[in-house]
Amino acid sequence: MIREIEAIISRHGEKKSNVVAILQDIQEKFRYLPREGLEYVSRRLGIPLSQIYSLATFYRAFTLKPRGEHVIQVCTGTACHVRGGGRIVDKLKRELNIEVGETTPDGKFTLETVNCLGACALGPLVVIDGEYYGQMNTSKMDKVLKRFQK
Amino acid sequence: MKRVSSREELLKLRNSLRKREDREKLCLTVCSGTGCRAYGCEKVARAFLEHIRREKLQKQVTLRTTGCHGFCERGPIVVVHPQGIFYQKVKVEDVPEIISETVRKNKIVERLLYQDPNTGKKIALEKEVPFYKRQHRLLLGKNGLIDPTCIEDYLVMDGYLALAKALEEMTPEEVIEEVKKSGLRGRGGGGFPTGRKWEYCRKAEGAPKYVICNADEGDPGAYMDRSLLEGNPHQVLEGMIIGAYAIGAEKGYVYVRYEYPLALQNITRAIEQAREYGFLGENILGSGFSFDVEVVRGGGAFVCGESTALMASIEGKPGEPRAKYVHTVEVGLYGKPTNLNNVETWANVPLIINKGAEWFADIGTEGSKGTKIFSLVGKINCTGLIEVPMGMTLREIIFDIGGGIRKGKKFKAVQTGGPSGGVIPESLLDLPVDFDELTSAGSMMGSGGMIVMDEDTCMVDVARYFLNFLKEESCGKCVPCREGIRVMLDILERITRGEGEEKDIEVLEELSAVLQDACLCALGTTAPNPVLTTLKYFREEYISHIRDKKCPAGVCRELVRYFIEESKCTGCGACVRVCPVGAISGEKKKPHYLQEEVCIKCGACYEVCKFSAIIRE
Repeated sequence: MIREIEAIISRHGEKKSNVVAILQDIQEKFRYLPREGLEYVSRRLGIPLSQIYSLATFYRAFTLKPRGEHVIQVCTGTACHVRGGGRIVDKLKRELNIEVGETTPDGKFTLETVNCLGACALGPLVVIDGEYYGQMNTSKMDKVLKRFQK
Repeated sequence: MKRVSSREELLKLRNSLRKREDREKLCLTVCSGTGCRAYGCEKVARAFLEHIRREKLQKQVTLRTTGCHGFCERGPIVVVHPQGIFYQKVKVEDVPEIISETVRKNKIVERLLYQDPNTGKKIALEKEVPFYKRQHRLLLGKNGLIDPTCIEDYLVMDGYLALAKALEEMTPEEVIEEVKKSGLRGRGGGGFPTGRKWEYCRKAEGAPKYVICNADEGDPGAYMDRSLLEGNPHQVLEGMIIGAYAIGAEKGYVYVRYEYPLALQNITRAIEQAREYGFLGENILGSGFSFDVEVVRGGGAFVCGESTALMASIEGKPGEPRAKYVHTVEVGLYGKPTNLNNVETWANVPLIINKGAEWFADIGTEGSKGTKIFSLVGKINCTGLIEVPMGMTLREIIFDIGGGIRKGKKFKAVQTGGPSGGVIPESLLDLPVDFDELTSAGSMMGSGGMIVMDEDTCMVDVARYFLNFLKEESCGKCVPCREGIRVMLDILERITRGEGEEKDIEVLEELSAVLQDACLCALGTTAPNPVLTTLKYFREEYISHIRDKKCPAGVCRELVRYFIEESKCTGCGACVRVCPVGAISGEKKKPHYLQEEVCIKCGACYEVCKFSAIIRE
């Protein structure tokens, strides 16, 4: 892990102002920010761990816990909201038995909401592992979810 | 070496590129903005390429993947040039027919044309489609014509000639004067006069100076900036370089939302290409002026759209705003004079330099010049991005361009300006849309999101939705915003649960006044707008929630009940299959029964019933 993080740091340079970009690349690589990695970044850039923690919890792009095998994102932009996006969130919470931001105990699914992906014509919109599923309703959601549960 | 070192060389390059281009040759453009990609446009484009290769049609036709055409409702969109034939909802299966009919025989494939829902007539040409007909697509127009990953496409259309003109013919002061005369105002929401901002920054003391392109488009329901960055990144970049020259900046940043991967990719590529041609870097076009641009990814924080928060974020800090006693044009990024403009503002600059301030000032209203891009979304028939002259009325936008409300429902309100804006009711539909008119109605322009709402939208729920959004996104630095929004949200949640009290409305209004006065940045001072405008125009809805414990739109879960109307139920059993808690029972082909004590009001049965037998009230 340290070798990979070192490569990310050297790509960006050791400047303190690059810390957000470095964390973003770590997040992309590992799909979360491992504690060990953050401690290493803190030592290398000379930034207190508390400040790195503050960044990691401020920006939505970062997660401190590993995410599940499949990441389900429900768009909660205004257009999706008025078209019933909230009911999709409720449905998924019920089906997966987790809250938004959590991962199922088997590590299979993580449920997240996103503010707006700007694909409003497709609302209510659900994105699973980067794939878009548009004009969702609760019964369509059922069918899509079943495909992943197999 | 491709480097262009003067205006003359650039003109020569453009002319030679034009000569290479055969204007008579058929060109199929496939929209590949994020919206159409979600529909699967990439597969369509691949199928076209395969067919063209297999049938050896390379001489007759070219394929171009372009940016967003705007009419997202009908994607994937394919336009056949030079005729301008407009095919909508094109699937991979339709590709062979387009090739055999349109490409080989010059015939139109009727079934892929857009059908006017009002007249039932099929429309063949893009410019005749009602959605496009009333628009004035100065900025978005090129999106459908150029491949955003190919700088040559932009150069053919006079790209970077405005930059060459500014560098060769105009002093920085003259550029500023031209932008001032044009009347261009900031498209990010505030509407501050762009030329004046540039002038302040030019006159400010300190070096180096910076320019920033704010592409942290956070307003939910607005995606015009993404579309421009994805579809025509060079125009945004050209605007920035001209601005940097006028201001005397040597470094620029484009701050892009990380949720927009394609925009990030296209602007990054555009910057590399611009460097290769010498539009960025040392001694641009032989003028002695040097400037370069870097892309910064946002971290997914709405507040970073605020200028001082955005600058903190670039510096590698949490994106918290600061009080602006001293403006960022004087003390901005790294404590240096910094000029920040929004994507759409920058994209307007090359047009103004090329065509002149007077031409630009002729478009629009007294106080708001030029065009504005809006994203028309929500309960509207033709969802998409539109560009119209300032001053067009909401009615024209929603009904003439947007085709009215979905499923024949009744219009209720349109929400503009994102979480900082407000709702505008039916009585104000004839309001001409510009910066000042929207503000006087209690809303604001914002970045241009227009979320259309119908009779099934609950206005108290809308206010609750925005405050919940803002509670999540408040950075927490100042108390009125952090605590005020939370308390207001608590009250709204109580009202939507049917636990509201008469005095709640008064408290909401009081808290609103505090937030407007005391918050540090615009996120907080404008946060009450969704509450205040819904209270102003839809007060009776609050009252029915509070007094009668009813949600007239049938949205607030605790206040609605579901039941089955026996006379309409055919006993098809669709509802039984979707009910997650087994609340519905009955014999096949006989009216069913819904046990209200078991029902969790998820609405699944309501969605699937084809006979309107499930009643929600």
